[in-house]
Amino acid sequence: MERAMTASAIENPQAAHSLPMDRARALGRLKLADGGFRVMTVVSALVVLALLLGVAISLFIGAWPAFQHFGLEFFVSDAWSPPKERFGAAAAIYGTLVTSIIAMLIGVPVGLGIAVFLTELCPPLLRRPIGVAIELLAGIPSIIYGIWGVYYFKPFMQAYVQPFLIGTLGEVPGVGYLFAGPPLGYGVLTAGLVLAVMILPFVTAISRDVFDTVPAFLKEAAYGVGATKFEVVGNIVIPYTRVGVIGGIMLALGRALGETMAVTFVIGNATKISASILSQGTTISAMIANQFADADPGLFTASLLALGFILFIITFIVLALARWMLAALQVKAGI
Amino acid sequence: MADLYPGRKRRNIVWTWLAYAATAFGLSWLVLILGALFWNGFGGLSLDVFTKMTAPPGVAGGLLNSIVGSLIQTAIGLAIAAPLGILAGTYLAEYGRYARIAYVIRFINDILLSAPSIVVGLFIYQFCVVPFGHFSGYAGGIALAVIATPIIVRTTEDMLNLVPNTLREAASALGMPRSLVIRHVAYRAVRSGIMTGILLAIARMTGETAPLIFTALGNSLFVVDPRGPMSSLPLIIYEFARSPYPEQQKLAWTGALIVTLAVLTLSITARVLSASRGADK
Repeated sequence: MERAMTASAIENPQAAHSLPMDRARALGRLKLADGGFRVMTVVSALVVLALLLGVAISLFIGAWPAFQHFGLEFFVSDAWSPPKERFGAAAAIYGTLVTSIIAMLIGVPVGLGIAVFLTELCPPLLRRPIGVAIELLAGIPSIIYGIWGVYYFKPFMQAYVQPFLIGTLGEVPGVGYLFAGPPLGYGVLTAGLVLAVMILPFVTAISRDVFDTVPAFLKEAAYGVGATKFEVVGNIVIPYTRVGVIGGIMLALGRALGETMAVTFVIGNATKISASILSQGTTISAMIANQFADADPGLFTASLLALGFILFIITFIVLALARWMLAALQVKAGI
Repeated sequence: MADLYPGRKRRNIVWTWLAYAATAFGLSWLVLILGALFWNGFGGLSLDVFTKMTAPPGVAGGLLNSIVGSLIQTAIGLAIAAPLGILAGTYLAEYGRYARIAYVIRFINDILLSAPSIVVGLFIYQFCVVPFGHFSGYAGGIALAVIATPIIVRTTEDMLNLVPNTLREAASALGMPRSLVIRHVAYRAVRSGIMTGILLAIARMTGETAPLIFTALGNSLFVVDPRGPMSSLPLIIYEFARSPYPEQQKLAWTGALIVTLAVLTLSITARVLSASRGADK
């Protein structure tokens, strides 16, 4: 009461000298506003919580008819035939996983390489501009990667990379089936490579941040006993930040799994599972983007919502693990 | 010892060059993508783009309805996300910094921050399109708000955490109630930081396509009423980029250039804002 009274005097100097009736009313209003603001922040914070629950619940309700009708069959069947009302998620899940694996295989080493360059090798003057340029790569909207991918990257793949792969690796017994088929340009590999470029800045940004948490005296000690730069990075920096780097990689994986627009443009959108990574395929998000707006209500829509629910669960698990690992590193850095 | 040294040195040189190569590889994509955008999009930039509607093939058209649609839906998204995000971030940093529920909300917010945007689109379809029976600009704006909120929550919380406690204690010692300390002292100290978060959120909303496909749907007519289906720049790029007609493809590139320039300008402004704040300290 005492506190609030002084405060009202700050807000409105006259209030302190006016009649007790007015003062009581002003104080009451102030108290109400103070409590009201607090309640508003609590409610807003709970809305954030409700958003995630809302996503999970609404997708599950929408997907229920498909789960009920197809049962576990939905997860293992690669059939996708709207006229026959037969739907299965296997082809989409397969495409999602394969494109993400290709993206990680290329995006992670390159992203880590850039992070090492920025923290250990780069002249201080260039550190900021190059760092910003890599972050801009993350800022470019995915639709732009899509239009660029279909007009430039796809023809490039078709004319040079795919014929080369078919001619060399395609002839190698044992792995040849991975590179079989005509060079179409569109396909799983093309989508995976575009994804690699898209996730690269995420890997770089987080690795750079966690590399910066390595105490200078650890690195100085290693240099002091004569270690080379490569040995310092390999034996001190990366082991020290392992959990954080893996967290960053998982975060990038979460992006790759859910990426929609860029993939839709270049993957070819064929609902089938092929051994060759040059053949056309699809992913969960590409299928939803392509078909949802025109889907008939009923099993078709429910099956697409079921795909969305599966994608949500997969990315939730990956992202939760990522955050958990990054939080573990923060605790370590805090000590 | 003497035998080991050349090998170690060689390995060091090889790995150093690989790191250089990785950086050159990463930067070259930025150059290639921006180069393609300017090469294909710059020629199409004319007054017509900003004054004419999207047209069927064969008719010269512009992007006016899409630009207006994008602005309206982003405004709706911002009108919801900014107050919601700032208040939620305030709770996390001020009232509930160490509360158990705050840890949960922080975790959930981080998940939402990188959740696939197509899933958000499905959620809003279930939540705002199905009950009303039709696609609408409001649904598109709400979908964008769901994307933008976590960004604003995160930056607001991070910024408020930077406010020195002595500042809060000084204000409290004068008798200010908690809400006034927050609004008149803490917010004022981090105003540019909160603006940074809002700019980043606008940048993110400007480029989002996936959540709009089945919420706003797109519209070839000029509409300012968000109760019906609405066009937007990313949606028209998605449509025209796959069109067989050269004039529509050209407009897609021009639209792509406009979106990219808008997004990059916003994020660079945000960066400059936060950097100038760092210099103040």
